[in-house]
Amino acid sequence: MILPRRIALVTAATAALVLGASACGSGTGSQAPPGPAALEGVGPITLVTGKDTSGNLQNQVDEWNAAHADQKVTVIELPEDADAQRQQMVQNARTQSDAYGVLNLDVVWTAEFAANQWVVPLPEADFPLTELLPATVETGKYFKRLYAVPITSDGGLLYYRKDLLDAAGLKPPTTWAELKDACAKVLPSSPGTACYAGQFEKYEGLTVNFSEAVNSAGGTVVGDDGRPTLNTDAATEGLKFLVDAVKSGEIPQKARTFKEEEGRRAFQAGELLFHRQWPYQYAKAGATDGSSAVAGKFAVAPLPGAKGPGASALGGHNYAVSAYTKNKKTAVDFIKYSVSEDQQRKNLEKSSQAPTWAALYDEADLVAKFPYLTVLKKSIENAVKRPSVVKYQEVSRAIQEAAYSAMSGGSTPEDALKSLQGKLESLTQ
Amino acid sequence: MVTLAPVEPVGPAPAGPGRRSGTGRLAALLVSPTLLVLGLVVAYPILSAVRLAFFQRDDGIDPETGLRKQGDVFVGFDNFTDMFTGDTADRFLNALANTTSFTVAAVSVEVVLGVLMALLMHRAFRGRALVRAAILVPWAVPTAIAGLLWRWVFQADGVANDLLPGPPVLWTTDGAQAWFAVVIADTWKTAPFIGLLVLAGLQVISAEIYEAARLDGAGPVRTFFAITLPLVKPTLLVAVLFRVLDTLRMFDLPYTLIGPGKDATDTVTVLAFEEAVKFGKYGPASAYAVVLFLYVAVVAFVFVRLLGADVFGTRKGSR
Repeated sequence: MILPRRIALVTAATAALVLGASACGSGTGSQAPPGPAALEGVGPITLVTGKDTSGNLQNQVDEWNAAHADQKVTVIELPEDADAQRQQMVQNARTQSDAYGVLNLDVVWTAEFAANQWVVPLPEADFPLTELLPATVETGKYFKRLYAVPITSDGGLLYYRKDLLDAAGLKPPTTWAELKDACAKVLPSSPGTACYAGQFEKYEGLTVNFSEAVNSAGGTVVGDDGRPTLNTDAATEGLKFLVDAVKSGEIPQKARTFKEEEGRRAFQAGELLFHRQWPYQYAKAGATDGSSAVAGKFAVAPLPGAKGPGASALGGHNYAVSAYTKNKKTAVDFIKYSVSEDQQRKNLEKSSQAPTWAALYDEADLVAKFPYLTVLKKSIENAVKRPSVVKYQEVSRAIQEAAYSAMSGGSTPEDALKSLQGKLESLTQ
Repeated sequence: MVTLAPVEPVGPAPAGPGRRSGTGRLAALLVSPTLLVLGLVVAYPILSAVRLAFFQRDDGIDPETGLRKQGDVFVGFDNFTDMFTGDTADRFLNALANTTSFTVAAVSVEVVLGVLMALLMHRAFRGRALVRAAILVPWAVPTAIAGLLWRWVFQADGVANDLLPGPPVLWTTDGAQAWFAVVIADTWKTAPFIGLLVLAGLQVISAEIYEAARLDGAGPVRTFFAITLPLVKPTLLVAVLFRVLDTLRMFDLPYTLIGPGKDATDTVTVLAFEEAVKFGKYGPASAYAVVLFLYVAVVAFVFVRLLGADVFGTRKGSR
């Protein structure tokens, strides 16, 4: 009787396919503790970054390579999706490969990479940190040590329909109450336009929008001691702003499916009066090739808050040095070169990515070219960084869980925050 | 199977018990490279995953430097008990229920549609080649891409809502509608697979049997249930088995079409992926995979034993 054995074989084989995937990339290696911060080694390195959508990165690298023939920098482009980038960097670190040199980290990854010793502490004196926006420098620090140097920044802006507000004789709102008043006055005469939207799909964008709401109400998600602080009135008020706006229809139902791009399309189609969005939308919404119905009809303002101006969450990218690369001195030198005023100016001009060099925000010709810079600087200066915790991904998922369920009416804001506080307490132990 | 004439295969007689032991040793030697490769790509990952399921990452953090302790700690069956009683129990049991309900619902619909497609593709008519190619297109599209395409269809202002009356349905938000969206997309994607296999089964049914049925006065419905269905049953069962096993480890569609973290559509594989790749918790992730492995193994076993799916073509005449 051959059949039973064959059955066993085929069941095992099919099931093996299921298991195989999970077993990949799961080394349990123990890493050696890093030596003291002696960053030595000169020679070729790699720069590992997400897909370069700006088109300027290669110029920067070429310029460096022309001057440093023996310390050539090669760009390794990872996918555009942030999760996929992080995944590859983590895998590379877990195998202790020296293939990655300088890592282009999202600001929220610093704690995880530093705590796992995948990146090395950097000598603060080597970098012009005092010239950079202080909020951005904070994102590169973990336990008061510098692990990453901010290269680009990002802050949320309130895009608004200037034409509609002007017609009603209104100024851009600085508080949530003013925002709702403005909607009540303007919307009846503009059918097809909804009041407000941000990024409310269940993903990192919701963490950003939730954190901003809490910060703008004067609360914090995680305090300075790294412990969650969501059992406060301010946190409740922040989440309530979002929940009530969904209930009243000020946030349209379909905005609960919005990531950045869905919201941008809605704003460009003239479907939104106010939109919380990153600076990249400015150029696209202002395009006069017919792709945007609101070109010339919108402007930006700092995010509104509960009682006064709100606080944005901080975006952007930092450069860090992989613990496993051989040529750490070259890596530091290249970061120094990239963060310099000259390179940041060129990068802003070519790619319109927000710089971290403070003085650039005040240069008249740059402000003329990028009119949102003044507002953006204010937004970044007042910005609060997202929780700096090692288990950031799990914390972020717990936040999304709570905010999503409250905004879809599955739980009250109070209950959602209570259970979130409990979850974060165990995640930040 | 009784309807098929038991014709003995013509050709070299199967090796009998009188085979000399030298031949056996030679055979073992000849297949050993294959066994080695199989051991590397099948046995090693399985054993490694099972081993991992008994470990957890050391989560301790040095309060002075903030650095994380290195290495994993052995936790016995904690990862497994957590699944059913711990904090993550709700998520896991929900995912297991989703996995099962997706499999039952999607495969049922796919079988009906797949058989209809096969019957259509089997008929001789002008443009048959075109119809066959058109039906197979969804099967040829990579699932992740199909997930993105369907995401556009199911957007708030997408095609699906344009075609449906009433207020727009927010398909990709958490809830029953998301579950339906996944079933619809999965059916679109894989009904052709069943159609293709059943078509192969249809093509070996000899026309004489149909002729005989017609002479006996059987109508088309009777012919289908008394002749076509019993004769394609062996092929159909294999197709269904493949689909069931495939759907039990469904990942791409819920992940790309709806997004992870939604209670209505998270499957066990989505959970395992998130734990391992996003949260870096390989221990619990492996435990999820091991449980899914056992679940799939049991389902496959039941399928083969109770329903008699003939995966190897050992029963004569099924080819």
